[in-house]
Formats: sequence, C-alpha cells, structure tokens
Amino acid sequence: MSNKNINIVIGGAAGQGLVTIGQLLSKAITRAGHHLLVTQRYMSRVRGGHNTYAIRMGEEKPLGGTESIDILAALNAETLDKHLEAVSEGGLVVAGADLDTEGLNALRIPYEELASKPLFHNTAMLGVLGRTVNLEPAILEELLRQTFGKKGDEVVEANLEVLRKAYAWVADQNHDFSRTLASSDPKGRMMLNGNEAIGLGALAAGCNFVSFYPMTPSTGVAMTLIAKGAPLGLQYEQVEDEIAAMNMALGASYAGARALVTTSGGGFALMEEAVSLAGVSETPIVCVVVQRPGPATGLPTRTEQADLNLVVHAGHGEFPRAVFAPATPEDCFYLTHRAFDLAETYQTPIFVLSEQYLADSYRDVAPFDLDDLPEVARPLLEWEGGEYKRYALTDDGISPRLIPGFSETLVRADSHEHEENSYITEDKAVRVAQNSKRLRKEAGLFEEVIGPDRYGADEPDALMVCWGPTLGACLEAMDRYEGDKSLAVLHFKQVYPLREEQFMDFLTSAGSVIAVEGNATAQFAQLIARDTGFVIKDRILRFDGRAMTWEYVLKGLSDIL
Amino acid sequence: MVSIEEYGEFKTAWCPGCGNFPILKSLKQALAERGLAPHDIIISSGIGQAAKLPHYMRCNMFNGLHGRSLPVAQGIKMANPQMHVLVTSGDGCSYGEGGNHFLSALRRNMDLTVLVHDNQIYGLTKGQASPTSARGHVTKAQPEGNRSDGFNPVSTAVAMKASFVARAFSGEPEHLVSVIKEAMAHKGFSLVDILQPCVSFNKVNTYAWYKERAYILKDHDPEDWAAAMTLSEEFGERIPLGVIYRADKPVFGHGGRLAELAYAKNDLKAVLQSYI
Repeated sequence: MSNKNINIVIGGAAGQGLVTIGQLLSKAITRAGHHLLVTQRYMSRVRGGHNTYAIRMGEEKPLGGTESIDILAALNAETLDKHLEAVSEGGLVVAGADLDTEGLNALRIPYEELASKPLFHNTAMLGVLGRTVNLEPAILEELLRQTFGKKGDEVVEANLEVLRKAYAWVADQNHDFSRTLASSDPKGRMMLNGNEAIGLGALAAGCNFVSFYPMTPSTGVAMTLIAKGAPLGLQYEQVEDEIAAMNMALGASYAGARALVTTSGGGFALMEEAVSLAGVSETPIVCVVVQRPGPATGLPTRTEQADLNLVVHAGHGEFPRAVFAPATPEDCFYLTHRAFDLAETYQTPIFVLSEQYLADSYRDVAPFDLDDLPEVARPLLEWEGGEYKRYALTDDGISPRLIPGFSETLVRADSHEHEENSYITEDKAVRVAQNSKRLRKEAGLFEEVIGPDRYGADEPDALMVCWGPTLGACLEAMDRYEGDKSLAVLHFKQVYPLREEQFMDFLTSAGSVIAVEGNATAQFAQLIARDTGFVIKDRILRFDGRAMTWEYVLKGLSDIL
Repeated sequence: MVSIEEYGEFKTAWCPGCGNFPILKSLKQALAERGLAPHDIIISSGIGQAAKLPHYMRCNMFNGLHGRSLPVAQGIKMANPQMHVLVTSGDGCSYGEGGNHFLSALRRNMDLTVLVHDNQIYGLTKGQASPTSARGHVTKAQPEGNRSDGFNPVSTAVAMKASFVARAFSGEPEHLVSVIKEAMAHKGFSLVDILQPCVSFNKVNTYAWYKERAYILKDHDPEDWAAAMTLSEEFGERIPLGVIYRADKPVFGHGGRLAELAYAKNDLKAVLQSYI
C-alpha cells in the first residue's frame, strides 16, 4: 500500500446512489486540497448490476487507477463478494451493519441509528468515509448545502444532522485504518472529468454549435456544451441519428458556426460518409470520438483503445486530417482547443480520440489559463480580392474560406469534385489539381504535429510506447518497477499524422520497445510500422474492457523483460 | 427589384424535356418575385439530378450527400437564421435515403422551404423504383413490379401536422411559382412535393398521365386538418395540386448569426469557476 495515496472503492448496484456519494466525496477531497483520480465502472443498465466508483486520493497526483483497495465502501453484499480480495493489508471495509463483515477490519454503519430515513443512508456513508479519510466536516457540510439547497432548508438540515452523527459515530469506533494524507494545494482546483474538459476546451475555442445523438460514453461532452454553452448563445440539437449530427454540423460550419460533433465508435461509423464530405467540401469540423469496446455494441459502458484504425482511416477518398489522443483532462482541454484552430486553419476534419476511462475519470485540475490560449483562426466575412473562388488553388492548399450571407459574394460548397469556383466537374486535370490542393494541406498539418513526450531513462533497456490515457499506468509502472533494467515511456498525445524525426531516435536507441495499448492488435504499433517501417514486437495489451493499471503493466513487463 | 437574370443561365446535365427545367425556372421566378437576390438565399441539396439544381443557378449553395440535404439545411439555418434556406432534391434523396431526416425535420419545424422533385423513379441510376413508385410499377430492377406500396409524402406530412404541405406539378409552372412563393412566405417548415415527369425512365407517370389527373384546388381550406388528410390520400384518378395543409406552429429558431458570436472571457472564467 502506497503511503502517498488512498484508493477508495465504492461499489453497489446502479440506482443505489454510489455516483452521488462518489462525486460528493471527490469534490470534498478536491476542496480539501488533495489530488484525485476517479475510475468509474458501470454496466449498460439504469438500475441494478454491479458498478464501482473508485477514488484514488493522493498527496501526489495519482497517474492512473490502481487495483489494490484501501477502503472498500460496500452498498450491497455483491460488492464484498467481488472486491474483498483486492482490499490491501490494513485496508478497511465500510458497510451497513446488515452486511456480513465478520472477521474483517470493518466499520459496520448502524444506518437506523444515524439516519431517520433510508433516504439519508448515503449521507451517513458519506460522513463515515469523510471522517475516515479526515476531511474537515465543514467542507462536506458546505457541499451538502450546495447540493440540497434547492430542496429547501429542511432537507439540508436533515442531511447535515446525519453527517454530524456519522462523524461522531466514527470517532467512537475502533478500527485499524488511521492513515492520513497531507493536503498539497488547498486552493481553487477544479474537479472535472475528460468529457467535461473536452467541452470546456471547445467553449474556450469559441465552439458555438453541437449536434449529437446520445451515445455512451460520449454524451457528457454534449451535456457540458449545452449546460455551460447554451446560456452564452451556443446552439445545439439532439438529432435523429449520427448521420444527421455530422451533416447538420457541417451545414452550420459552412454558415459560420464553430461546430463540434461527439459520439462513440458505432455512431462514428455512421458519420463516416460525412467525414469525407467535410474533406472534399473543406468544411471545418471537430469530431470527438469517445471510444468504448466494439465491435458493434461490444461492451457499451467499458473502455478500450480499439477505434484508432477507424478514426485514422475514416471516410472514403483521400483528404488531410489530424487525430489527437488526450491522456488527462488538461490534454482534453488544450488539445480540443487546438483541434478547433487546426480545423479552421486547414478546413478539414480534426479528431479528438478519447475513451470511456478518461471520459468518466474525475481529476483535480488547476484552473485552465484562458489568457494564455492562442487565438483560434477565423473565417472571412467579407471578400475584397476580386473574383471569389471558394476552392482557389494555392501553394499551401488553403483556400480563402468566406462565410455566406455577410456580403453579396456567393459561397458554394460541394461534395462533387469541383472547379475552383465550386462548379461540378469531371475534368481529369481539375480533379488532379483539386485533390492535390487538398492534400497539400497535409504539409502544414505535418509542421504542427505535437511530438511525443518521453519520460525516464535515456537509451533505456526497455521503452514503453503508449498513447492516450494509458500514459498514467505506464508511468506508475515505471516508477514502481524494481527490476534491474532501465525503463522509459514514450507517450503520443497526437497519434496522426506521425512525424518520424520527432521520435525515431528514441525507438532505435532503446534496448527493447514495448507497445502498451488498450486493444488486442496493437493498432498504434501497427500505425508506426506502416508510417516508419519500425516494427514493435513486444506488446502489453489489455482488451477486457477495463482501464490499463500499473499492476497490469508491471505484470506484462515481468513477462517480457 | 430583382430580375430573374441575376440567377444566371447554365448548361445542365438534364435530359431534354426533363421536368426539372420548369422547376428551375419557376424557382428563379418565385425568388425574383419575392425580391430575393442570389446572396439572400442558401440552397442545400443532396444527390441526384434534382439535387444538381443549385449548380444551375447563381446562389449560395451546399451540395452535399445523398439524402442529407435536410440536416445540412437545418444546420445552416441554425447558424444563420437571417438567411432564406431552401432545399431541392429528389424523391429518393428526400424520402428514401433521407427518410428519417424528413420525419425529424417535419417535427422540428425550422423555417425552411423544401422542394422535392418527385418523379417516382430513380433517374440518375437509370430507372429503378423510388420510394414514391406505386406498387406494381415495373422496372428493370423490379421486373415483377414494385413489391412495396408507394410512399405518400403529402399524407405523411399532413398526418404529422407539418406546418405547410403543398403539391405542385412541373407541367403547371404558373401555379408552381405561386406555391413556392407561398411556401417561402410561410413561417416554419414548408414542403412542396413537385410532380416531375422523368422523360427517360418513367414510362408510367408521364406528362400526359399527370395532365389527365392533376387539378388545381379551389375551395379547400388548408387549415381544416381532417379535410387535408382526406385530400392528401387522393392520388390516382385525380391528383389535387395546391396547399393541402397549413398550421401555425412553434418555429425552431433563435437568436443571431453564429459567425458573429464570440464569448466574453469573463463568461468563460465563470464557467471554469463552476467546477471548483
């Protein structure tokens, strides 16, 4: 058990309130100045099933989830059955007195004694957990006031009463869990998850349009934009299907909106035709794909990194694109902001490729610096350069993009091959000129590629290559590795296009190179092989629907090294 | 005053005698009579011969994908509510590939005008049945005759209480002009299903066939839904032309032009603050 963090797992059936307890506790932990990382596992059902909400709180920033549990909070017996094994030595079980915790280091909550109604049992659990990890009661009290304030003073007071009783009750108990963590930065950290951070990054980039069809685990992006953006003027629509979502967003973008669509793999498959439309019509669009395991419906609420191939190759024909893969909420924010700038500058679809684990993973995050963000490119509202040609042939492939309706100049977008003035053509020379023009934009996108980050030893014995949120598990595995090899991690937050000179030396100077990915076929390693010829043979792959953990990576390393 | 010449003259890929020509001319005429210049409108279209229409006139256009003209048009309208947005496309595009979009657009009721060139056949792919082909219609792809019932867009739209439902005929251009003008004047979603003979591939629903059956409505009250419902079912021996149904409904719409919308930094800072 690490002394720098505590892993609290709340388990129960959907509908029992574990997310409410988890979020309140997470928020209190953040406000108390601890670092935080949440991993949520849930099932595709509204009630019942077995779900967990894991909070890893730390003096240092936890990099990823962990499998060993320090405090297991059980809302039902199934939670004990499923997770007791993972409770670490000296770990604590917190459960209602009605559950069988015989022989365990347990706090058996007398719900009837602490709470007058079953409605308040979760507040009792919250109080017990809060006291156990030494949170100032005032922080939880304030949170309860904010949460239940709308329901009236009586409800607030009833909750506060249960909270106080729970705190007092824990103080009288004998249990073996006495670890406390120092708080590191008590002031002003946000608590948000990956989906929220993508939504905020979009708003910071001026995103003012979202069309979407609800699909787990991507829906939170649209929910964030609607909740926070609509009051500022953002337009939104929940449409009939993903096909409509993408086409509507392209229409809006053509007419001057800064548009985003969000979906997961299955929905994105439906959007693909319109991805090509964005490519040929040169209409900017930011497309957020939050991965879950497929094929088809797969494991709809779990996590995986298996849609890289889909996104990198999406659409028919050839046109430029870039694909970002955030590792953290900070990445989600800044990369989404950047995606808008690239989409606008290069007038082509740009992708943010997230996954369920990151989407639902709350973290403590320093407020984003809005003042330091670069300006996002803007289209033209007026044209003064003589005859306007929407698809003018230029050296860099970028044609002036004018928004229709702001002047008498006509703006015409087309899905067919077209002349510079947008008129439909089948002329072979025009086809070659236009297709080449579009592909010339790749050179600019290439110049702007964010190279991978490298952590650990120079010229290591073993280099782990990863992308997206798998980074945390790799870094922690590297820190905890006790063998005699030197290790390093190479992490890509932009996965397409790849710019060889940014990383080839790292690959060739490492003793062995290991791909660590959340899929079964090492899709990113294959992409590297395709684009560079460098073949990564060793692999640590996870595709059971669960997020990569440091334990999983360490086990993989021990098998390979 | 806007003259029809401002909309230009272009060489088309349409067959001589195609029912699309009178529609193009009537649309230009209607726009000119409404005083709308090429830069005042945006036409969204899908794929097919009808969907090429915006290529044959001066105007803003988004010529997108098969069946997807409606989502694009609605996105345009949401981004710029000040523009007059029209959709032109065929029966396959609007009622087949785009069927779900059609139903949703009727429900959503944005202020758009949709002109469907309905020739009851797939012309561009050389003569297969379309969603509006009648049961039994024989084609090379349906040698035993079409095995499905024809889709009736007018009765569907009336059944859903769409806010403006009309039928016109490209063989009655004067009437067509007046219907398009009325549709554009209507606040809300307006559908004009335009009967348009395909001279190359539809040997059943010809000019003569329509001429014999189509009649212009005189004493119909389009606000009488039950009467409209009955009328919308009339398609065979007699085919009514004109405004079948009209209703005042809430229009999906709002504020300003998104190209001009920029968030104040303080508003964004307050948004971030809400996560603390």
